[in-house]
Amino acid sequence: MTKDDSPLVLPLAALFVALFIAPLCVLVALSLAKDANIASFTAASYVKFFTDSFNYSILFETLLLGLKATLVCLVFGYPIAWICARSSARLQSIIVFLVILPILTSVVVRTFAWIVILGRQGVINQVWTSFGFEPLRLLYTEAGVVMVLAQVQMPLMVLPILTVLGKMDPNLGDASRVLGAGEWRTLWRVTIPLSLPGVIAGCILTYTACITAFVTQTLIGGARLIYMPLNIYQQAIGANNWPFAAALSVIFMVAVLVIVGVLNAVGRRSETYGRA
Amino acid sequence: MAAPRTAVDIEALSLRIVFGVLAAIAMVFLVGPTIVVILTSFTASESLRFPPSGLSLRWYWALLDADQMQRAAWASLIVAFWTTIISVVLGTAASLAIARSSSKWVRAADVLFMSPLLLPALAFGFAALVFISRMGFSPSLTFLVLGHVIVCVPFVLRTTTASLTQLDPALLDASQSLGAGGVMTFRRVTLPLIAPGVASGAFLAFMASFDNVPVSLFLSDERTEMLPIHLWQQIDTNLDVRTAAVSGLIVIVTLVLMLIAEQMAGLTRQVR
Repeated sequence: MTKDDSPLVLPLAALFVALFIAPLCVLVALSLAKDANIASFTAASYVKFFTDSFNYSILFETLLLGLKATLVCLVFGYPIAWICARSSARLQSIIVFLVILPILTSVVVRTFAWIVILGRQGVINQVWTSFGFEPLRLLYTEAGVVMVLAQVQMPLMVLPILTVLGKMDPNLGDASRVLGAGEWRTLWRVTIPLSLPGVIAGCILTYTACITAFVTQTLIGGARLIYMPLNIYQQAIGANNWPFAAALSVIFMVAVLVIVGVLNAVGRRSETYGRA
Repeated sequence: MAAPRTAVDIEALSLRIVFGVLAAIAMVFLVGPTIVVILTSFTASESLRFPPSGLSLRWYWALLDADQMQRAAWASLIVAFWTTIISVVLGTAASLAIARSSSKWVRAADVLFMSPLLLPALAFGFAALVFISRMGFSPSLTFLVLGHVIVCVPFVLRTTTASLTQLDPALLDASQSLGAGGVMTFRRVTLPLIAPGVASGAFLAFMASFDNVPVSLFLSDERTEMLPIHLWQQIDTNLDVRTAAVSGLIVIVTLVLMLIAEQMAGLTRQVR
């Protein structure tokens, strides 16, 4: 005799329609408009984007940046989740606490810490130059941006993998070992395939967070490394070219949605694989 | 017989060493910056060199005179406060529907509510600015808070829906068969049981709002400067040591709040 609770969704849905869906619709209209008045329409902004190599290479660089940072998160994040899933409850809490610490600390503050670490006289260069090497250029380089993004977004990779590994039946690993598979073989043939849904979920969250991380990209990358969010911001506020900024936003969002869609499809296939 | 046994052990050991080393590097990488911020903020010198040459509280004292920074911090706290209140009320209500209804409209709403986590917040901030100026309004505190709610409410929804799905429906039936109405059941049974999930979500939403740059960049009015944006500009232009002190303060307060959230609501269990 439980009554229908569906109407409770309505207040939030109303807010989303008024301040999320409606703005996005206006954004699409603006991207097709001649000017900020949205009086007459043209595809000029899109033509400009796809015919100007400067612009589409920014999109490409942004998508590539996300891929690199996501891979770093995966390589370092999976072992954390793997070890955490095998630890005692108390140690698990401590590890999760330390993992979510960066994501809860203000992103500006985290990025500031990295400036102190990566700068010309930063921690890394002090150690490096003490061996007699030339100082490394880390700030304002892509390698620096990838490194900082990986730290900032690592929790988004670790938590979903940990959830899946925590639910996994430990007997499966034992069975694999009893049947003669070594630890590495068990990892590749049993643990990783079964944790793929978590890996995919982690990759989706990490990837989207990395490519849209405006603050980290601009503070660590500087003014010369331009990625999509900074490009949108510069067109909207700096150049005051609203239709083009809107077109950039739409193209960027579509790119994000396509990538999420593809990863989701892979994720669904991996779930059926896990069950089989 | 002994040889294969050792071979297996070496293999097991090699996996543990490789994973252990990777995880150890990652943990240093994760925690290091926080320690750097805290230590740098106590420096006695004028520079941001790490490790600091001496320790003092002088930059924390200097914050007492930093009017602009204080105003920005205050504005951010107020926005984060209202964002959290609205996110918790609307988010908890929506979670009740999402956790219990199988209607396809509610499923679609769930996907919609989660999408701000994936879509570029900067594009949303710009879209919201375009929209409200088309409607003839200009950026204001109200729009800023509502814009923050859009990007912060997913955190409340996630943790609250997760606690609701773990709730035994028999408890609700028992409450109702004992004569409690819907509101009474919610207040006396459901809410106390999902409180840790709601509280964790509220904490995450508060931190996300306090930290938000992309939406605030577009939706805050010209007179109000938000703390993360103020700090961002400080870091970008003239990096002074007061920035380190504010950063240190933010990190320490965050740590304390996290420990409280862990004690009261089991934060680390709620986020999984």
